[in-house]
Amino acid sequence: MRYLPLTKNDREEMLNTIGVNNIDELFSNIAEKVSINPKFDLPNHKTEMEVEKHLSLLSDKNLHADNSNFFIGGGSYKHHIPASVDHIIQRSEFLTSYTPYQPEISQGTLQYLYEFQTQVSLLTGMDISNASMYDGSTAAAEAVSMAKRITKRNEVILSNTIHPHYADVIKTVSGIKDSEFFYNRNFSIDIDYLFNEVDENTACVVVQNPDFFGSCYDLSSLAEFVQSKGALLIVVVTEVLSLGMMKSPGAMGADIVACEGQSLGNPMNFGGPYVGLLSTKNKYLRQIPGRIVGESEDVDGKKGFVLTLSAREQHIRREKATSNICTNSGLCSLAFTIHLTLLGEKGFKSLSRLNHESALNLKEKILKIPEVKLLNKSFFNEFTIELPIKGEVFVDRMAEKGVLAGIPVSRLINNNKELDNFVVVASTETNTEDDMNSYIEAANEVL
Amino acid sequence: MAEIYFTKDHEWIKVEDNIGVVGITAYASEQLGDIVFVELPEEGITAEIGKDIAVVESVKAASEVYSPVSGTIIKSNEDLNSTPEIVNEDPVGKGWFYEIEISNNDELSGLMSEEEYQKHIGD
Amino acid sequence: MKNSNKGLNHDEPILFEIGGMDKSGVDLNEPTFKENFIGECFEDREIGLPGLSEPESIRHYVRLSRKNYSIDAGLYPLGSCTMKHNPRLNEKLARLKGFSEVHPLQPLSTCQGALELIDEISIWLKELTGMKAVTMTPKAGAQGELCGMLAIKKAIEARNECNRTKVLVPDSAHGTNPATAAFLGFDVVTIKSDKNGRLNFDDFKENVDKDFAAAMITNPNTCGLFEDDIIEIANYIHDAGGYLYCDGANFNALVGKVRPGDLGIDAMHINLHKTFSTPHGGGGPGSGPVVFSNILKDFCPAPLLKKDEENYYLVENHNDKDIDKSFGRLCVFHGQMGMFVRALSYMMSHGSDGLRQVSEDAVLNANYIKSSLEDILTPAYEGYCMHEVLFNDDFLSGTGVETIDFAKALIDKGYHPMTIYFPLVVHGALLVEPTETESKNSIDQFIETIRELASKTQDGEDFFKKAPIYTPIRRLDETKAARNPVLRWQKNDVIAAE
Repeated sequence: MRYLPLTKNDREEMLNTIGVNNIDELFSNIAEKVSINPKFDLPNHKTEMEVEKHLSLLSDKNLHADNSNFFIGGGSYKHHIPASVDHIIQRSEFLTSYTPYQPEISQGTLQYLYEFQTQVSLLTGMDISNASMYDGSTAAAEAVSMAKRITKRNEVILSNTIHPHYADVIKTVSGIKDSEFFYNRNFSIDIDYLFNEVDENTACVVVQNPDFFGSCYDLSSLAEFVQSKGALLIVVVTEVLSLGMMKSPGAMGADIVACEGQSLGNPMNFGGPYVGLLSTKNKYLRQIPGRIVGESEDVDGKKGFVLTLSAREQHIRREKATSNICTNSGLCSLAFTIHLTLLGEKGFKSLSRLNHESALNLKEKILKIPEVKLLNKSFFNEFTIELPIKGEVFVDRMAEKGVLAGIPVSRLINNNKELDNFVVVASTETNTEDDMNSYIEAANEVL
Repeated sequence: MAEIYFTKDHEWIKVEDNIGVVGITAYASEQLGDIVFVELPEEGITAEIGKDIAVVESVKAASEVYSPVSGTIIKSNEDLNSTPEIVNEDPVGKGWFYEIEISNNDELSGLMSEEEYQKHIGD
Repeated sequence: MKNSNKGLNHDEPILFEIGGMDKSGVDLNEPTFKENFIGECFEDREIGLPGLSEPESIRHYVRLSRKNYSIDAGLYPLGSCTMKHNPRLNEKLARLKGFSEVHPLQPLSTCQGALELIDEISIWLKELTGMKAVTMTPKAGAQGELCGMLAIKKAIEARNECNRTKVLVPDSAHGTNPATAAFLGFDVVTIKSDKNGRLNFDDFKENVDKDFAAAMITNPNTCGLFEDDIIEIANYIHDAGGYLYCDGANFNALVGKVRPGDLGIDAMHINLHKTFSTPHGGGGPGSGPVVFSNILKDFCPAPLLKKDEENYYLVENHNDKDIDKSFGRLCVFHGQMGMFVRALSYMMSHGSDGLRQVSEDAVLNANYIKSSLEDILTPAYEGYCMHEVLFNDDFLSGTGVETIDFAKALIDKGYHPMTIYFPLVVHGALLVEPTETESKNSIDQFIETIRELASKTQDGEDFFKKAPIYTPIRRLDETKAARNPVLRWQKNDVIAAE
């Protein structure tokens, strides 16, 4: 067994030292109650080659972004990841270290998290950020819990153009009662209706920007209005690259920002692991959940970093903690911060514009197809089209031609017939002119 | 002349007429270690006897502060926001937490005297 | 800049002091569009993100990495954390494009292999735990706890017994247990441990009344001991109409050897990053699938993986009738696929036979350490332990050395410290978990080091109080960090420094 270093001799010597005859004596208190060493209906150990072959065969059954024409977004995006990112995150000292609870031998992790917290704060235009959350959706749910604690109110209003999974996660993870949860699963391209919903019971309003359908908003006047009612504005961003061309959520007045950071450094991975970003204003510092790194100095006066403000957390406050969160998304936040460092200001803004340009080009081409309509008045790198046939049928037929053509809205909102013909389509810097032409060619055939 | 009373949870209250000043004892502040943050009650809210009203945090611990009496919070010690260390330095003086208008002075009879408190922590 | 490097030990400034706004490690084509379609919120703003060329960024992160301890470099005896070897085959397979480059919302016909993998790992987990159902989506152990307790809450609601709000948690439990229960609105009642380090069953019974909802019990518990009364406790809980949640953080002691399903458990999370070797990554990402008994399985969160005659499919909408009892959804998409690939690769590599050897060797190593140190350290409890051994600080009494000092001295000897001051039920706790992937040589050397340090405590505290001295940085002022939090770099920092 290649991962187990003890030899038969070692085991015998060790059992001797302990003073038992066989290993099962160490389990004897359990054996008195239940049978140990049960028989499992599972195969015995396999060689490295056998395991690799089995999983490769499973992998080969999937169409993926590199062997198809790929145009899917909706909270998970295909971007090019520089080779050095994956190289660095596989260094032993990053891959196989634990949470940095012993700062003297964890400065590597602590320093990159401090840099990460700064980068995230700059991107979102907020004062402070934590050291990451599981993903964008759970960051959004934690943001809502935070808002409930800060305002001591319970009603939560979601924009109806938020990613439907995010809406479900917020409701479940923040534990919101039906009577206090305001969310319509339908499609409206403007968000002005939110002004009518806010009142003195509202804890927060949650708006995704760009929204699930791809549209972008200036939320400044909404922020002002929400805050005038004593509530908080939470902005959710699922495509972090959009922040390279838009006013920051902070500049628009957001109180808390929850982002999905997958687009930088992290592959799509069929949905995870990803990295959630959570930022807020200084005045809510003590209410932010999760790990946070702060600066300090050692006994010789040398600058260094430590996990701080941990008295908010579960391992100290137990049932009084701000959240039950125990981990962050370490390695994914490392990939994020390396990718962003490689890009820098210039590269990040160029990449953002290349994404927009790609989506603009695709839009021009798609709109030449008869009977296809664009539903957005604005977008960043994805938009929603209305087709003459059902979105699900379109996407399935396109897949048969090797084109992953987008997300049929009905997959996520299946109780609203009006949305049946809608498809959300994304195009990023990875899509070439040829890819787009193949999309159009295939679409002309299946429509 | 103000009277001082103690609770078994290590709060003190100095009372003059129906106004009380509340803080935590020297023993409590030593047990907690270096205090890094105090969450104070908002002025105007109502406190209930024995219910948590404030939180005091050190690096490794956080603990609730329970109001020794019922009443209305008149004032919080805002100095603690910028310099929480004064709770360690002068717990029964400058390190006070809040002022409270006591709604029922009878509740004071359930609290400990300084002597009783010293005996309580000695046990 | 002053050079304060010491040999291989380089100082590394923070990114914001060395990066440039005009630097980049990525070559991109110039965008050429004339008019944007962003609308009213378009802004060409100055963000302030410093960049580095590729050689500079690699050097920056490599130098940072060298300030970290890691399991690859040495024994990592953190109790209740299961720092075992992370096989590199797992990493290779997780990077196969058919897993890493697959979008979670592709048409299901195009990702049957990914769904089949989730089905396979589900089968392994159900079989190894002897439980009826599994939900793969929880993103970490703590979210697994949330998942299990949400299912219990939903089951209680389905029985119209919402008066049941009391959750019993032993005082030795990990902080996430009470935090999770309280987060869901349960009233947490702490149950004391007995003198043998097990849950006090009498105290437990006294607290079970008509409001009783569930108990959250870690088994083996955080003292490294098996809860011998678990079956009696489970029966008592079920007779009282409650549920038993098991924190599976320490499953590494039982895998392949004992089935939790035989112990009367209703729900249990499994930390794939502990028992099944997915890397800790400096603090995540984790993955915390939850197995369920028959009575809870209908309350599982979306999505649900199913199969018809030919194909796998997902039931993923809150109003789909197959999941109408579900408590909701825990995360966007379908969970930590990248971790599933790694964990399945680990399970298949060990197989049914190898996994039993895993728990046996883990328990053997811990007991060997206990036997080899019990004359010089002070074990907290008598008898054999499971996969980790707990000491108290009695052996330090009168020396002036505290647990933290002992731990820091261990750093100077080239080791990551054991878990300290946890569990809370033991004074000055030192919790040692060697795992099964340490060789006898490595463990013998660790034992010798501990013995040497323990003897040294008799020579006075100075050596221990100033440790560590060989690290890139020495003991940090945590009070300063918490009193005046500096959580990010600010532009003014440079101006102030100049």
